[in-house]
Amino acid sequence: MKPKLLWLQAITCNGNTHSFLNHPDLFSILSHFEIVHHPALDGSYSMEDVIAGSVPCDILILEGSFVEEGFLKGGIEVSKLIKTYANKAKHIISAGTCATFGGIFKQKDPDKISGFCFDLGEKTSRYASYASKLVSLPGCPMHPKWMSYVLMMIANNRVIEIDNLHRPVELYGYTVHTGCTRNEYFEWKIDTKNFGLKEGCLFYEQGCQGPHTRGSCNKILWNDVSSKTRSGTPCFGCTEPTFPQISLYSTKTNMGIPAKMPLGIPRRAYLTLTGVTKSFKIKRFTERLMDYDK
Amino acid sequence: MKIAEKKAIKRESIIQTALQLFSVNGFHKTTIPDIAGKLQMSVGNLYNYFSSKDILAQEIIKYTSETLGKKIRVVNELDVSAEQKIHKIVDIYFTMAKEKPEMIEYFLRVYLSNREVFSGDCQGMVCVSGFITEIMVFFDDAVSSGELRNQDFFSAFGLFMGYLGGMVFLKGEDVLPQGIEFYIDDISRNIYNALKA
Repeated sequence: MKPKLLWLQAITCNGNTHSFLNHPDLFSILSHFEIVHHPALDGSYSMEDVIAGSVPCDILILEGSFVEEGFLKGGIEVSKLIKTYANKAKHIISAGTCATFGGIFKQKDPDKISGFCFDLGEKTSRYASYASKLVSLPGCPMHPKWMSYVLMMIANNRVIEIDNLHRPVELYGYTVHTGCTRNEYFEWKIDTKNFGLKEGCLFYEQGCQGPHTRGSCNKILWNDVSSKTRSGTPCFGCTEPTFPQISLYSTKTNMGIPAKMPLGIPRRAYLTLTGVTKSFKIKRFTERLMDYDK
Repeated sequence: MKIAEKKAIKRESIIQTALQLFSVNGFHKTTIPDIAGKLQMSVGNLYNYFSSKDILAQEIIKYTSETLGKKIRVVNELDVSAEQKIHKIVDIYFTMAKEKPEMIEYFLRVYLSNREVFSGDCQGMVCVSGFITEIMVFFDDAVSSGELRNQDFFSAFGLFMGYLGGMVFLKGEDVLPQGIEFYIDDISRNIYNALKA
Protein backbone atom coordinates (compact mmCIF):
# COMPACT_ATOMS: atom_id res chain seq x y z
CA MET A 1 0.00 0.00 0.00
CA LYS A 2 1.28 3.48 -0.84
CA PRO A 3 2.20 5.79 2.04
CA LYS A 4 -0.48 8.42 2.64
CA LEU A 5 0.77 11.96 2.18
CA LEU A 6 -0.83 15.04 3.72
CA TRP A 7 0.43 18.56 2.91
CA LEU A 8 -0.74 21.11 5.49
CA GLN A 9 -0.25 24.84 5.36
CA ALA A 10 0.04 27.26 8.27
CA ILE A 11 1.14 30.90 7.80
CA THR A 12 2.60 30.78 4.32
CA CYS A 13 3.00 32.46 0.94
CA ASN A 14 2.63 29.06 -0.84
CA GLY A 15 6.22 29.34 -2.04
CA ASN A 16 7.14 25.77 -1.18
CA THR A 17 3.98 24.42 -2.77
CA HIS A 18 4.85 26.24 -5.96
CA SER A 19 8.48 25.23 -5.80
CA PHE A 20 7.58 21.55 -5.58
CA LEU A 21 5.17 21.88 -8.50
CA ASN A 22 8.20 22.86 -10.60
CA HIS A 23 9.80 19.45 -10.12
CA PRO A 24 10.40 18.00 -13.61
CA ASP A 25 9.44 14.52 -12.35
CA LEU A 26 6.61 15.62 -10.07
CA PHE A 27 4.02 13.04 -11.06
CA SER A 28 6.48 10.20 -11.21
CA ILE A 29 7.48 10.97 -7.62
CA LEU A 30 3.93 11.42 -6.43
CA SER A 31 2.97 8.08 -7.99
CA HIS A 32 4.71 6.41 -5.03
CA PHE A 33 2.24 8.02 -2.60
CA GLU A 34 -1.44 8.48 -2.03
CA ILE A 35 -2.13 12.20 -1.70
CA VAL A 36 -4.80 12.45 0.95
CA HIS A 37 -4.83 16.24 0.77
CA HIS A 38 -2.73 18.92 -0.87
CA PRO A 39 -3.38 22.68 -1.21
CA ALA A 40 -2.96 22.66 -5.01
CA LEU A 41 -3.27 19.05 -6.19
CA ASP A 42 -6.20 16.66 -6.14
CA GLY A 43 -6.40 14.57 -3.00
CA SER A 44 -8.61 11.75 -1.81
CA TYR A 45 -10.00 13.82 1.06
CA SER A 46 -11.44 17.32 1.30
CA MET A 47 -10.29 20.10 3.58
CA GLU A 48 -13.45 19.52 5.61
CA ASP A 49 -12.35 15.92 6.20
CA VAL A 50 -8.90 17.17 7.20
CA ILE A 51 -10.41 19.63 9.66
CA ALA A 52 -12.58 16.86 11.09
CA GLY A 53 -9.34 15.06 11.97
CA SER A 54 -10.41 11.83 10.31
CA VAL A 55 -7.92 11.66 7.45
CA PRO A 56 -5.23 8.93 7.51
CA CYS A 57 -1.66 10.24 7.37
CA ASP A 58 1.75 8.55 7.11
CA ILE A 59 3.76 11.52 5.90
CA LEU A 60 2.92 15.02 7.05
CA ILE A 61 4.44 17.89 5.10
CA LEU A 62 4.23 21.20 6.92
CA GLU A 63 4.47 24.51 5.11
CA GLY A 64 4.43 27.91 6.80
CA SER A 65 5.23 29.44 10.17
CA PHE A 66 3.60 28.10 13.30
CA VAL A 67 1.59 29.96 15.92
CA GLU A 68 -0.26 28.34 18.82
CA GLU A 69 -3.25 30.69 18.79
CA GLY A 70 -4.96 33.08 16.39
CA PHE A 71 -4.50 31.43 12.98
CA LEU A 72 -7.69 29.57 12.05
CA LYS A 73 -8.91 27.52 9.10
CA GLY A 74 -12.55 26.46 8.89
CA GLY A 75 -13.02 27.78 12.41
CA ILE A 76 -10.31 25.61 13.94
CA GLU A 77 -6.84 26.60 15.15
CA VAL A 78 -4.33 25.37 12.58
CA SER A 79 -1.93 24.54 15.41
CA LYS A 80 -4.44 22.00 16.70
CA LEU A 81 -4.84 20.52 13.23
CA ILE A 82 -1.10 20.21 12.79
CA LYS A 83 -0.67 18.46 16.13
CA THR A 84 -3.48 16.02 15.36
CA TYR A 85 -1.75 14.87 12.19
CA ALA A 86 1.76 15.19 13.57
CA ASN A 87 0.74 12.63 16.20
CA LYS A 88 -0.64 10.28 13.52
CA ALA A 89 2.22 10.63 11.03
CA LYS A 90 5.26 8.35 10.84
CA HIS A 91 7.27 11.11 9.15
CA ILE A 92 7.08 14.91 9.43
CA ILE A 93 8.78 17.07 6.83
CA SER A 94 8.98 20.80 7.50
CA ALA A 95 9.02 22.32 4.02
CA GLY A 96 10.77 25.68 3.85
CA THR A 97 12.33 28.03 6.38
CA CYS A 98 9.02 29.26 7.83
CA ALA A 99 7.88 25.80 8.90
CA THR A 100 11.38 24.91 10.05
CA PHE A 101 12.66 28.00 11.89
CA GLY A 102 9.95 30.70 11.66
CA GLY A 103 11.29 32.49 8.59
CA ILE A 104 9.78 35.58 7.03
CA PHE A 105 6.39 35.33 8.78
CA LYS A 106 8.02 35.23 12.20
CA GLN A 107 8.77 38.92 11.69
CA LYS A 108 5.06 39.73 12.15
CA ASP A 109 5.10 38.62 15.81
CA PRO A 110 8.57 37.37 16.75
CA ASP A 111 7.58 36.34 20.27
CA LYS A 112 4.72 34.09 19.23
CA ILE A 113 5.44 32.90 15.69
CA SER A 114 8.11 30.26 15.08
CA GLY A 115 8.80 27.07 13.18
CA PHE A 116 7.03 23.92 14.29
CA CYS A 117 9.96 22.28 16.12
CA PHE A 118 12.49 25.12 16.03
CA ASP A 119 12.28 28.79 16.87
CA LEU A 120 15.19 30.21 14.89
CA GLY A 121 17.86 27.70 15.95
CA GLU A 122 16.31 26.83 19.33
CA LYS A 123 14.12 23.82 20.02
CA THR A 124 10.45 24.59 20.71
CA SER A 125 8.34 22.86 23.35
CA ARG A 126 7.03 20.60 20.58
CA TYR A 127 10.47 19.34 19.60
CA ALA A 128 10.66 16.48 22.11
CA SER A 129 7.32 15.04 20.96
CA TYR A 130 8.13 15.02 17.25
CA ALA A 131 11.92 14.99 16.89
CA SER A 132 12.10 11.26 16.21
CA LYS A 133 10.16 11.61 12.95
CA LEU A 134 11.22 15.10 11.86
CA VAL A 135 13.14 16.06 8.72
CA SER A 136 13.84 19.77 8.14
CA LEU A 137 13.99 21.20 4.62
CA PRO A 138 14.67 24.91 5.14
CA GLY A 139 14.94 27.24 2.16
CA CYS A 140 12.93 30.15 0.89
CA PRO A 141 11.65 28.22 -0.86
CA MET A 142 13.10 24.73 -0.49
CA HIS A 143 14.42 23.23 -3.69
CA PRO A 144 11.89 20.79 -5.23
CA LYS A 145 14.56 18.12 -5.52
CA TRP A 146 15.36 18.38 -1.81
CA MET A 147 11.75 17.37 -1.17
CA SER A 148 11.83 14.57 -3.72
CA TYR A 149 15.05 13.24 -2.17
CA VAL A 150 13.38 12.95 1.23
CA LEU A 151 10.15 11.51 -0.16
CA MET A 152 11.92 8.86 -2.21
CA MET A 153 14.15 7.90 0.70
CA ILE A 154 11.00 7.39 2.78
CA ALA A 155 9.26 5.51 -0.02
CA ASN A 156 12.24 3.16 -0.20
CA ASN A 157 12.50 2.72 3.58
CA ARG A 158 15.97 4.26 3.61
CA VAL A 159 17.47 6.03 6.63
CA ILE A 160 17.99 9.78 6.12
CA GLU A 161 21.10 11.06 7.87
CA ILE A 162 20.39 14.42 9.49
CA ASP A 163 22.31 17.16 11.32
CA ASN A 164 21.46 18.79 14.67
CA LEU A 165 18.69 20.86 13.06
CA HIS A 166 17.32 17.72 11.36
CA ARG A 167 18.46 18.80 7.89
CA PRO A 168 19.53 15.90 5.62
CA VAL A 169 23.32 16.02 5.49
CA GLU A 170 23.26 14.80 1.92
CA LEU A 171 21.61 18.11 1.00
CA TYR A 172 22.84 20.53 3.67
CA GLY A 173 26.29 19.13 4.44
CA TYR A 174 27.62 21.49 1.79
CA THR A 175 27.63 25.25 1.74
CA VAL A 176 25.94 27.16 -1.09
CA HIS A 177 29.50 28.21 -1.99
CA THR A 178 30.24 24.61 -3.03
CA GLY A 179 29.99 24.43 -6.79
CA CYS A 180 29.64 28.18 -7.31
CA THR A 181 31.07 29.14 -10.68
CA ARG A 182 32.73 32.16 -9.01
CA ASN A 183 34.98 30.08 -6.77
CA GLU A 184 38.18 31.11 -8.53
CA TYR A 185 37.35 34.74 -7.78
CA PHE A 186 36.67 33.83 -4.15
CA GLU A 187 40.04 32.07 -3.92
CA TRP A 188 41.83 35.16 -5.22
CA LYS A 189 39.61 37.62 -3.30
CA ILE A 190 38.35 39.50 -6.32
CA ASP A 191 35.02 41.31 -5.94
CA THR A 192 32.43 41.49 -8.64
CA LYS A 193 31.88 45.02 -9.82
CA ASN A 194 28.13 44.75 -10.31
CA PHE A 195 25.17 42.41 -10.10
CA GLY A 196 24.63 40.11 -13.06
CA LEU A 197 28.26 40.04 -14.19
CA LYS A 198 29.83 36.64 -14.70
CA GLU A 199 33.13 37.85 -13.25
CA GLY A 200 34.00 38.36 -9.61
CA CYS A 201 32.89 37.04 -6.25
CA LEU A 202 29.80 38.40 -4.48
CA PHE A 203 31.05 37.64 -0.95
CA TYR A 204 33.20 40.71 -0.37
CA GLU A 205 30.86 43.56 -1.16
CA GLN A 206 27.55 42.35 -2.60
CA GLY A 207 26.24 40.52 0.46
CA CYS A 208 26.66 36.89 -0.62
CA GLN A 209 26.14 34.50 2.28
CA GLY A 210 27.03 31.37 0.29
CA PRO A 211 30.29 30.62 2.14
CA HIS A 212 28.48 30.37 5.50
CA THR A 213 25.08 29.06 4.37
CA ARG A 214 24.25 25.38 4.24
CA GLY A 215 22.57 24.15 1.10
CA SER A 216 23.22 22.49 -2.23
CA CYS A 217 21.96 25.29 -4.51
CA ASN A 218 25.14 25.13 -6.58
CA LYS A 219 25.20 21.35 -6.66
CA ILE A 220 21.53 20.66 -7.39
CA LEU A 221 20.76 23.58 -9.66
CA TRP A 222 17.47 25.51 -9.74
CA ASN A 223 15.30 24.56 -12.72
CA ASP A 224 18.25 22.28 -13.56
CA VAL A 225 19.90 25.39 -15.00
CA SER A 226 21.39 27.88 -12.57
CA SER A 227 21.55 29.37 -9.08
CA LYS A 228 21.43 32.81 -7.53
CA THR A 229 25.17 33.16 -7.30
CA ARG A 230 25.83 31.74 -10.76
CA SER A 231 23.49 34.31 -12.26
CA GLY A 232 25.05 37.17 -10.31
CA THR A 233 22.80 37.64 -7.26
CA PRO A 234 24.08 37.09 -3.74
CA CYS A 235 22.95 34.10 -1.69
CA PHE A 236 20.56 35.42 1.00
CA GLY A 237 21.26 32.63 3.48
CA CYS A 238 17.63 31.50 3.24
CA THR A 239 18.24 28.01 4.61
CA GLU A 240 19.67 29.26 7.89
CA PRO A 241 17.78 29.84 11.17
CA THR A 242 18.89 33.48 11.00
CA PHE A 243 16.93 34.15 7.79
CA PRO A 244 15.77 36.78 6.92
CA GLN A 245 18.34 39.41 7.74
CA ILE A 246 18.68 43.01 6.62
CA SER A 247 20.81 44.63 3.89
CA LEU A 248 20.89 41.48 1.81
CA TYR A 249 22.71 43.18 -1.06
CA SER A 250 25.69 44.45 0.88
CA THR A 251 28.31 42.63 2.90
CA LYS A 252 28.65 43.72 6.51
CA THR A 253 32.31 44.49 6.99
CA ASN A 254 34.49 45.85 9.75
CA MET A 255 37.14 48.01 8.09
CA GLY A 256 36.82 45.92 4.95
CA ILE A 257 36.95 42.59 6.81
CA PRO A 258 33.81 40.43 6.38
CA ALA A 259 31.97 40.39 9.70
CA LYS A 260 31.04 36.73 9.21
CA MET A 261 33.64 34.18 8.20
CA PRO A 262 33.11 31.24 5.81
CA LEU A 263 31.65 28.24 7.68
CA GLY A 264 34.13 26.73 10.13
CA ILE A 265 37.08 28.86 9.00
CA PRO A 266 39.00 30.49 11.89
CA ARG A 267 39.28 34.25 11.43
CA ARG A 268 43.10 34.30 11.61
CA ALA A 269 43.36 31.57 8.99
CA TYR A 270 41.00 33.46 6.69
CA LEU A 271 42.72 36.83 7.18
CA THR A 272 46.18 35.35 6.64
CA LEU A 273 45.06 33.76 3.40
CA THR A 274 43.30 36.95 2.32
CA GLY A 275 46.38 39.09 2.90
CA VAL A 276 48.51 36.73 0.85
CA THR A 277 46.14 36.20 -2.08
CA LYS A 278 45.32 39.90 -2.34
CA SER A 279 49.02 40.56 -2.85
CA PHE A 280 48.91 39.04 -6.31
CA LYS A 281 47.32 40.43 -9.39
CA ILE A 282 46.16 37.67 -11.71
CA LYS A 283 45.69 39.05 -15.19
CA ARG A 284 43.01 36.55 -16.20
CA PHE A 285 40.78 37.68 -13.35
CA THR A 286 40.99 41.32 -14.32
CA GLU A 287 39.44 40.69 -17.74
CA ARG A 288 36.00 39.69 -19.01
CA LEU A 289 35.73 35.90 -19.22
CA MET A 290 34.52 36.02 -22.81
CA ASP A 291 37.35 38.30 -23.93
CA TYR A 292 40.27 36.41 -22.45
CA ASP A 293 42.38 34.52 -25.02
CA LYS A 294 40.53 36.12 -27.91
CA MET B 1 69.14 17.27 20.97
CA LYS B 2 67.83 16.05 17.64
CA ILE B 3 69.47 17.19 14.41
CA ALA B 4 66.31 19.00 13.32
CA GLU B 5 66.24 21.00 16.55
CA LYS B 6 69.89 21.91 16.21
CA LYS B 7 69.32 23.04 12.67
CA ALA B 8 66.34 25.17 13.73
CA ILE B 9 68.44 26.91 16.39
CA LYS B 10 71.24 27.52 13.90
CA ARG B 11 68.77 28.85 11.37
CA GLU B 12 67.38 31.34 13.84
CA SER B 13 70.87 32.48 14.86
CA ILE B 14 71.64 33.15 11.19
CA ILE B 15 68.44 35.18 10.88
CA GLN B 16 69.21 37.23 13.97
CA THR B 17 72.80 37.91 12.97
CA ALA B 18 71.87 38.82 9.41
CA LEU B 19 69.05 40.99 10.74
CA GLN B 20 71.52 43.05 12.75
CA LEU B 21 74.03 43.38 9.95
CA PHE B 22 71.42 44.28 7.33
CA SER B 23 69.81 46.85 9.64
CA VAL B 24 73.09 48.57 10.53
CA ASN B 25 75.08 48.29 7.29
CA GLY B 26 72.27 48.06 4.75
CA PHE B 27 71.25 45.19 2.48
CA HIS B 28 73.71 45.79 -0.35
CA LYS B 29 76.74 46.44 1.81
CA THR B 30 76.24 43.27 3.82
CA THR B 31 77.58 40.12 2.20
CA ILE B 32 77.04 36.46 2.92
CA PRO B 33 80.72 36.10 3.95
CA ASP B 34 80.13 38.96 6.47
CA ILE B 35 77.24 37.07 8.02
CA ALA B 36 79.04 33.72 7.99
CA GLY B 37 82.15 35.36 9.47
CA LYS B 38 80.24 36.84 12.38
CA LEU B 39 78.69 33.43 13.09
CA GLN B 40 82.04 31.70 12.71
CA MET B 41 80.64 29.33 10.15
CA SER B 42 81.68 28.66 6.59
CA VAL B 43 79.99 30.41 3.69
CA GLY B 44 79.19 27.01 2.18
CA ASN B 45 77.44 25.87 5.34
CA LEU B 46 75.38 29.07 5.50
CA TYR B 47 74.17 28.37 1.97
CA ASN B 48 72.87 25.03 3.28
CA TYR B 49 70.37 27.07 5.30
CA PHE B 50 69.60 29.87 2.84
CA SER B 51 70.35 29.43 -0.82
CA SER B 52 70.72 33.16 -1.53
CA LYS B 53 70.98 36.54 0.15
CA ASP B 54 67.57 37.49 -1.23
CA ILE B 55 65.93 34.41 0.27
CA LEU B 56 67.61 35.14 3.61
CA ALA B 57 66.28 38.71 3.47
CA GLN B 58 62.77 37.41 2.76
CA GLU B 59 62.95 34.97 5.66
CA ILE B 60 64.02 37.80 7.96
CA ILE B 61 61.01 39.94 7.15
CA LYS B 62 58.74 36.93 7.81
CA TYR B 63 60.57 36.39 11.12
CA THR B 64 60.22 40.01 12.28
CA SER B 65 56.60 40.15 11.15
CA GLU B 66 55.74 36.96 13.04
CA THR B 67 57.60 38.11 16.16
CA LEU B 68 55.68 41.38 16.23
CA GLY B 69 52.43 39.60 15.26
CA LYS B 70 52.73 37.20 18.21
CA LYS B 71 53.07 40.12 20.64
CA ILE B 72 50.04 41.89 19.17
CA ARG B 73 48.06 38.64 19.29
CA VAL B 74 48.55 38.59 23.07
CA VAL B 75 47.04 42.10 23.19
CA ASN B 76 44.17 41.08 20.90
CA GLU B 77 43.26 38.28 23.27
CA LEU B 78 43.06 40.58 26.31
CA ASP B 79 39.63 41.59 27.59
CA VAL B 80 40.33 45.34 27.51
CA SER B 81 39.01 48.29 25.52
CA ALA B 82 40.23 49.24 22.05
CA GLU B 83 41.72 52.40 23.54
CA GLN B 84 43.80 50.33 25.94
CA LYS B 85 44.78 47.94 23.17
CA ILE B 86 46.02 50.84 21.05
CA HIS B 87 48.17 51.96 23.96
CA LYS B 88 49.59 48.47 24.39
CA ILE B 89 50.33 48.08 20.66
CA VAL B 90 52.11 51.45 20.57
CA ASP B 91 54.03 50.42 23.68
CA ILE B 92 55.07 47.11 22.09
CA TYR B 93 56.17 48.82 18.89
CA PHE B 94 58.19 51.57 20.56
CA THR B 95 59.67 49.25 23.17
CA MET B 96 60.83 46.99 20.38
CA ALA B 97 62.25 50.00 18.54
CA LYS B 98 64.21 50.85 21.66
CA GLU B 99 65.33 47.44 22.85
CA LYS B 100 65.60 45.59 19.56
CA PRO B 101 65.88 48.43 17.07
CA GLU B 102 67.08 46.09 14.35
CA MET B 103 63.58 44.51 14.17
CA ILE B 104 61.89 47.77 13.17
CA GLU B 105 64.89 49.26 11.36
CA TYR B 106 64.96 46.21 9.12
CA PHE B 107 61.41 46.85 8.06
CA LEU B 108 61.99 50.56 7.43
CA ARG B 109 65.48 50.55 5.97
CA VAL B 110 65.75 47.16 4.26
CA TYR B 111 62.24 45.93 3.45
CA LEU B 112 60.80 49.26 2.32
CA SER B 113 64.00 50.48 0.67
CA ASN B 114 64.93 47.44 -1.41
CA ARG B 115 61.67 46.51 -3.07
CA GLU B 116 63.41 44.58 -5.86
CA VAL B 117 64.52 41.99 -3.29
CA PHE B 118 60.98 41.44 -2.07
CA SER B 119 58.97 41.85 -5.26
CA GLY B 120 58.81 38.19 -6.25
CA ASP B 121 57.79 35.64 -3.66
CA CYS B 122 57.46 38.31 -1.02
CA GLN B 123 55.24 40.83 -2.77
CA GLY B 124 52.38 42.66 -1.11
CA MET B 125 51.48 41.17 2.25
CA VAL B 126 52.88 37.70 1.64
CA CYS B 127 55.85 38.00 3.99
CA VAL B 128 54.32 40.38 6.51
CA SER B 129 51.01 38.58 6.98
CA GLY B 130 51.91 37.49 10.53
CA PHE B 131 51.78 41.11 11.58
CA ILE B 132 49.06 42.38 9.23
CA THR B 133 46.66 39.60 10.25
CA GLU B 134 46.83 40.67 13.90
CA ILE B 135 46.21 44.30 12.98
CA MET B 136 43.18 43.14 10.97
CA VAL B 137 41.92 41.17 13.97
CA PHE B 138 42.39 44.24 16.17
CA PHE B 139 40.40 46.48 13.79
CA ASP B 140 37.68 43.86 13.29
CA ASP B 141 37.16 43.48 17.06
CA ALA B 142 37.26 47.23 17.70
CA VAL B 143 34.67 48.00 15.00
CA SER B 144 32.45 45.07 16.08
CA SER B 145 32.40 46.40 19.62
CA GLY B 146 31.50 49.87 18.35
CA GLU B 147 34.65 51.52 19.69
CA LEU B 148 36.25 52.41 16.37
CA ARG B 149 34.59 53.92 13.32
CA ASN B 150 33.96 51.59 10.40
CA GLN B 151 36.02 52.70 7.40
CA ASP B 152 38.31 51.39 4.69
CA PHE B 153 41.00 49.15 6.16
CA PHE B 154 43.92 50.95 4.57
CA SER B 155 42.74 54.39 5.73
CA ALA B 156 42.93 53.18 9.30
CA PHE B 157 45.99 50.99 8.84
CA GLY B 158 47.96 53.83 7.22
CA LEU B 159 47.10 56.21 10.00
CA PHE B 160 48.08 53.74 12.71
CA MET B 161 51.19 52.08 11.33
CA GLY B 162 52.38 54.99 9.20
CA TYR B 163 52.41 57.13 12.32
CA LEU B 164 54.37 54.55 14.34
CA GLY B 165 56.79 53.86 11.49
CA GLY B 166 57.37 57.58 11.02
CA MET B 167 58.22 58.07 14.68
CA VAL B 168 60.65 55.15 14.69
CA PHE B 169 62.24 56.52 11.52
CA LEU B 170 62.73 59.88 13.26
CA LYS B 171 64.24 58.06 16.22
CA GLY B 172 66.61 56.25 13.85
CA GLU B 173 67.62 59.61 12.37
CA ASP B 174 68.31 60.77 15.93
CA VAL B 175 66.14 63.87 15.62
CA LEU B 176 63.66 63.18 18.42
CA PRO B 177 64.37 65.43 21.41
CA GLN B 178 63.01 62.80 23.81
CA GLY B 179 63.37 59.03 24.09
CA ILE B 180 60.77 57.15 22.03
CA GLU B 181 58.93 55.93 25.15
CA PHE B 182 58.14 59.58 26.00
CA TYR B 183 55.70 59.66 23.09
CA ILE B 184 53.69 56.51 23.88
CA ASP B 185 50.83 58.20 25.77
CA ASP B 186 50.29 61.11 23.40
CA ILE B 187 50.56 59.04 20.24
CA SER B 188 48.20 56.38 21.61
CA ARG B 189 45.67 59.10 22.41
CA ASN B 190 46.07 60.70 19.00
CA ILE B 191 45.51 57.39 17.22
CA TYR B 192 42.48 56.57 19.32
CA ASN B 193 40.97 60.03 18.79
CA ALA B 194 41.49 59.75 15.06
CA LEU B 195 39.92 56.29 14.77
CA LYS B 196 37.22 56.27 17.43
CA ALA B 197 33.54 55.95 16.51
